[in-house]
Amino acid sequence: MTDNTAPPMRSSRRIPWDGLAVAPFIIFAVMFLFLPTLGLVGAAFTDRAGKFTFDNIIGLGADQIVAAYWISIRISGASAILGALIGLAITLAIIRGRLPGWLRSAFMTFSGVASNFAGVPLAFAFIATLGRLGLVTIVLRFLGFDIYRSGFNLLSFWGLTLTYLYFQIPLMALTIAPAIDGLKKEWNEAAQILGASQWQFWRYVGLPILWPSFLGTLSLLFANAFGAIATAWALTGSNLNIVTVLLYNQIRGDALQNPGLGAALALGMIVITSLANVIYLIVAARAERWMK
Amino acid sequence: MKANRWAPWLVFLAGSAYFIIPLLATFEFSLRMRRGTYSFDAYASVFADPRFHASFGYSVVIGLVTIVVGILVVVPAVYYVRLRMPWLRPFMEFITLLPLVIPALVLVYGYIRLYNSSSLVPFTGSALGTDILLTCAYVTLALPYMYRAVDNGMRSIDIGTLTEAAQIMGANQVQIIGQIILPNILVAILSGAFLTFAIVIGEFTIASLLNRPAFGPYLVGIGTNRAYEPAALAIISFIITWGAMGMINVLGRFAPRTSARTD
Repeated sequence: MTDNTAPPMRSSRRIPWDGLAVAPFIIFAVMFLFLPTLGLVGAAFTDRAGKFTFDNIIGLGADQIVAAYWISIRISGASAILGALIGLAITLAIIRGRLPGWLRSAFMTFSGVASNFAGVPLAFAFIATLGRLGLVTIVLRFLGFDIYRSGFNLLSFWGLTLTYLYFQIPLMALTIAPAIDGLKKEWNEAAQILGASQWQFWRYVGLPILWPSFLGTLSLLFANAFGAIATAWALTGSNLNIVTVLLYNQIRGDALQNPGLGAALALGMIVITSLANVIYLIVAARAERWMK
Repeated sequence: MKANRWAPWLVFLAGSAYFIIPLLATFEFSLRMRRGTYSFDAYASVFADPRFHASFGYSVVIGLVTIVVGILVVVPAVYYVRLRMPWLRPFMEFITLLPLVIPALVLVYGYIRLYNSSSLVPFTGSALGTDILLTCAYVTLALPYMYRAVDNGMRSIDIGTLTEAAQIMGANQVQIIGQIILPNILVAILSGAFLTFAIVIGEFTIASLLNRPAFGPYLVGIGTNRAYEPAALAIISFIITWGAMGMINVLGRFAPRTSARTD
């Protein structure tokens, strides 16, 4: 930068460009990923006086907290499994089902939009659809079927799962599409020449190859739903007992009144999403063998 | 074989219904504000609200700053790691996966504990400091998308040859990145930028816990107080997200494809 006439190699030796270029990235990772997380881990094992303790972790055993974790895990699991299965079915139909090509690009663009259409607006959309005054609710009531009288509630387990599917299915479609593209046409032709039926092709070739990508995406979807809060918050306010809402209230200071327990709650969430993602990393490494 | 022809259509149409009906219902609901007839009153009411303009403007500014900071953090790092320090790549991949693993709620809780007004780096001590912290939080959230967009962009051009050629011509390191590499991966960067923008615009958790007047917290406030405006806002948000994604798609067509692949 100082003198343009100097030979380039010497100028790059004088100023440690490599370090300078990577430094902001490292500083960012340390300041905004590692230190805050480590701080929480430390706080989870510290009492108010600053001494080491297991009390916060033991405190996670309280009925209300266990119930919050359990319903979060169930909603994340249900929306991840359903999202993965439905997303796989739709993506298979679009890529391998001989539908017109423009449908595929339209669907993939839409998936990009819908997978980012999470949070508050999504909650509004489902209130307008399946809320007590929602369009589908009214139409069904007009047809003689009152979903709210028959036990459905948008603010329940199934209501929330149904809402989460709106971003889970597109996310599945976006992540699984490359794997489905990787299934070569020749494999199907080879199987047919050897006398295999379509069912046999999928049973012994197609699905075993897609399986690792499927499992990997499943864990990604799980973590995605587990960390979500905005949708649930906008739907129900602070009423729903899922772990993100519990922690949000704790941070706002109007619930548990115990910072150590808040840190323990956060640590529990990290442990669960990490487990899901460790599975993802292991499985994704296996899946890549087929993507070449 | 006959079943195979309509089964994909059936799956596709059922899926489409699930995605289209909520949008139609939201749009229909947003038109119902005036009793007995459809009108755009809810939209007029939204656009007349000064808090809408204030919070939206705030989020747009934060979003743009986030994009600039994200580019400055990611592009040089990816470039040097690809060119000189490939052994660092797995480490970068791991770091950029973390924001997908650690929930944003947990991260912001860590920030509040670590950077409170009595700490060594008191970000939350002032409004400007909190704005900076919010921006950095969003850069972190956008890291996975920004990194992958830039990394894909650099894979599609031969940065090794470009760098050598520029060095022979006497360019220095800043010129190489600013005038050679950056223009070549601009399309990839912009796709990461639009995705970042879409994420920042509606983000609720971090902005709300840091008490900043952003668009996400405004949306929640409207949702608890009004009936029809939320539906109108959902439609507006959807159009904004659609616009950002549409731009990525349009730009994707201009991406360089001809250069040799280095790996």
